[in-house]
Amino acid sequence: MRGNFSTITKMFSASVVAAGLLMSVPARAADDTIKVGILHSLSGTMAISETTLKDAMLMLIDEQNAKGGLLGKKLEAVVVDPASNWPLFAEKARELISKDKVAAVFGCWTSVSRKSVLPVFSELDNILFYPVQYEGEESERNVFYTGAAPNQQAIPAVDYLMSEDGGSVKRWVLEGTDYVYPRTTNKILEAYLKAKGVAAEDIMVNYTPFGFSDWQTEVSAIKKFGSAGKKTAVVSTVNGDANVPFYKELGNQGIKAEDIPVMAFSVGEEELAGLDTAPLVGHLAAWNYFESVDTPENKKFIADWHKFIKNDKRTTNDPMEAHYIGFNMWVKAVEKAGTTDPDKVIDAMIGVSVPNLTGGYSTMMPNHHITKPVLIGEIQADGQFETVSRTPGLVMGDEWSDYLPDSKDLISDWRAPLSCGNFNVATGKCGGKGTN
Amino acid sequence: MNLFRAIGLTLLVLLATLSSSGASEADLRGIIAKFATAKGFSETGAVVHELAATGDPAVERPLAALADGNLYIRKADSLVFVGKETGDGVELLDPLSGEKSADAAKDDITKIKVNNTLRRVIRDALGTLTLGAKDPAVRIAAADTMFKTPDAANIEPLDTAIANETLASVKALLEQARAASVLVSDRPDADKLAAIALIGARGDRDAVSLLTSVEANAPDAVREAATAAIRNINSTLAFWDAGQNIWYGISLGSVLLLAAIGLAITFGVMGVINMAHGEMVMLGAYTTFVVQQVIRTSFPGLFDWSLVIALPLAFLVAALVGLAIERGVIRFLYGRPLETLLATWGVSLILQQAVRSIFGPTNQEVGNPSWMSGSFNVGQLAITWNRLWILVFALSVFAVLLYVMKRTPWGLQMRAVTANRRMAASMGIRTPWVDALTFALGSGIAGIAGVALSQIDNVSPNLGRGYIIDSFMVVVFGGVGNLWGTLVGAFSLGIVNKFLEPYAGAVLGKIVVLVLIILFIQKRPRGLFALKGRAVEA
Repeated sequence: MRGNFSTITKMFSASVVAAGLLMSVPARAADDTIKVGILHSLSGTMAISETTLKDAMLMLIDEQNAKGGLLGKKLEAVVVDPASNWPLFAEKARELISKDKVAAVFGCWTSVSRKSVLPVFSELDNILFYPVQYEGEESERNVFYTGAAPNQQAIPAVDYLMSEDGGSVKRWVLEGTDYVYPRTTNKILEAYLKAKGVAAEDIMVNYTPFGFSDWQTEVSAIKKFGSAGKKTAVVSTVNGDANVPFYKELGNQGIKAEDIPVMAFSVGEEELAGLDTAPLVGHLAAWNYFESVDTPENKKFIADWHKFIKNDKRTTNDPMEAHYIGFNMWVKAVEKAGTTDPDKVIDAMIGVSVPNLTGGYSTMMPNHHITKPVLIGEIQADGQFETVSRTPGLVMGDEWSDYLPDSKDLISDWRAPLSCGNFNVATGKCGGKGTN
Repeated sequence: MNLFRAIGLTLLVLLATLSSSGASEADLRGIIAKFATAKGFSETGAVVHELAATGDPAVERPLAALADGNLYIRKADSLVFVGKETGDGVELLDPLSGEKSADAAKDDITKIKVNNTLRRVIRDALGTLTLGAKDPAVRIAAADTMFKTPDAANIEPLDTAIANETLASVKALLEQARAASVLVSDRPDADKLAAIALIGARGDRDAVSLLTSVEANAPDAVREAATAAIRNINSTLAFWDAGQNIWYGISLGSVLLLAAIGLAITFGVMGVINMAHGEMVMLGAYTTFVVQQVIRTSFPGLFDWSLVIALPLAFLVAALVGLAIERGVIRFLYGRPLETLLATWGVSLILQQAVRSIFGPTNQEVGNPSWMSGSFNVGQLAITWNRLWILVFALSVFAVLLYVMKRTPWGLQMRAVTANRRMAASMGIRTPWVDALTFALGSGIAGIAGVALSQIDNVSPNLGRGYIIDSFMVVVFGGVGNLWGTLVGAFSLGIVNKFLEPYAGAVLGKIVVLVLIILFIQKRPRGLFALKGRAVEA
């Protein structure tokens, strides 16, 4: 039954969307414009998160054009809709690169959509900017990862909870949605916690399906696990739609942040917009950006966003900042290279440094990941986060986790002599394999 | 934490020796002023302890405000105020008297930051201060806090409170809190054994939590008693766990029932494979959102009634859309199930995208009215109000529907058309209109299900997606065309699911249930309660 429905879903959404797009995308190519591809789902399950990123990109491109464009040319956005359908991501990427001849693509949210477009980008040699926190264990020549790697989000978050300020947590629930990001992140965290001396019986790992909505059993299991006389915290990699019912159940069963705090990696301002956050005050999230961060850059960004989207209530979030950083880096690299030719831009990208929104500079490292500060925020009654902890310096994204046996010897360096995304320092050979 | 406690204790001792009768107002103001210079959470925590150590009930206001994030420093003169947000600025109130002293713009003041650790420190501090409060609920909360964070220094204030307490129920809680504090003190073992007996009788998870932490480092006699008490409590709790699983199952069943009941009519009675059913549920949820939005802006006093107001509107909206779908699409496709499936699937995509275009792709906030928030305990079983109301609501919808189908002329016509269309037509029933109204009824009921589901799930364009598979599963399992089958099907699937979940996990649990249903359908292709009669052959 299930199989039939989903095949039909795919057939339908693919054809409906394809038809819609053929009509909406202008196919004219003019020589005085540089095309930028935007590959975010505008329909289907991921539309809830990805539509915002499409709008953010349109705003950034508008602003760049207002500043006089790039290399004396106007930028032109080419928007396609892969409709939350992973194979369609690859098709749309191919269309953007070969048909529309875009200079770079900004897109994808889920890891599986990124994995599905990877072969297209290396075959057609183009650039993808990926703005979302992910599980790491990957470094591709054609991809720039502007979201957080696990060491830029998960590990500092756990460190905070272990600290005195965070409540000296001794017992851990790793609660996640059942797919690659939570599974890999939890593997890394489990190894990390054990290395820090946490006993196996003090770690509980649990997974739920996508879009899960009946959290009663899970929440009461958390309550039970938390009543062993040790300070307990939940590290949540629960994704997207499942979060709202999860938090509602936590609130209803009276789990307070003072007793069992929940640290989330996929809950941002956008997700909280659908919730009454009063019962959730104090639950945490770890990101590299919060809308509440008080810097002039961020104030301007929020004001521009509200003006562009014509709605004062729309929130900003971490992946938007990642696109802001990624786009500005690309602009700078293109200026540096004097061309939009992907090969030259890829080489020019490394070492490019641009301001981020939290009052510092982010730099593109040789492993195609960037440096960012890590912020821990507590949910407030108004649906915003308040920063309660911030790493003293910038953290450099570590693509191959040091805590997984398969990847601890791997490094990535895309600069000339080495030019390898998975160099094994133990064997001295390029071509190691990580966990997934 | 320990640092806070140590600082607090020394201050307590110091102050107790200096003055036994609480501090003067000037002293309090002096301490409160220190918030302005405290840097970081630990220094703020020290100030909190200093305030709490005065034992003056007046400090409750600034401390509670601090915990809620409402304590501000005015940048101009570093004075500390309790803030109350008004439209565009903040009203500054005196931290002790609570009287209004000034207005300020948001940029002129800084909020004193709190985190979880600090909130817990404040909660503990307030616990001791509010033991003598007039409102029994506050005293209960205080006793509860003190039970969870036992401290030897609490014994004396608790003794006084127990002596003054008039309500037996509160007194019992206070005694348990005292017992908890005795356990962490250096009182003789005999006292501790008595305390363990008292806590063991409490019998909940908090008691286990406390006893487990005591068990770790205690002399032999005490440890044995604690171990025995934990074993005792755990065996009772195991019994309650089973009860809890049943309740969770019933509650999940009620959600399934609500989602499926409209489908039981459109698919069950009419035989239309309606893939747009989930979108009717979504429309109902969005109607609730719109109703709440209007109430929030125009009639804030009516918020608790928002769901009641939304019910008929959601029914109407979904029923009208259903009617339009039936008249516009489905009536041309009767008897062609595959085409109906594809057409309704297309309709569902159109509806989703329409809602996405109108309301945006993000979740919309639908608030819980106060009578649907929180939970209450039956023994060791925590029952949340929203789940209970949804159960009651699902059963009443079912009862009403059953009445309509079995006891009204319209229901009779519906059943007649289903049983034998041509005969019904010959008897003068206008079958096309019965079809249209039946479909509208099914859709309308899906709409009111949306009102209830908006309370526990996301209100997003994807809302319906999550329920469509489950709804078909319930209807097919229960027996197509039989309302009672849908009821029994929903509850049995819910309970089986919830009994499997703790052992197999949510992912595997769902797979197991699906496999069980497939096997069951192999054995009984027409579900639990097969409909007898000609309809089956038609």
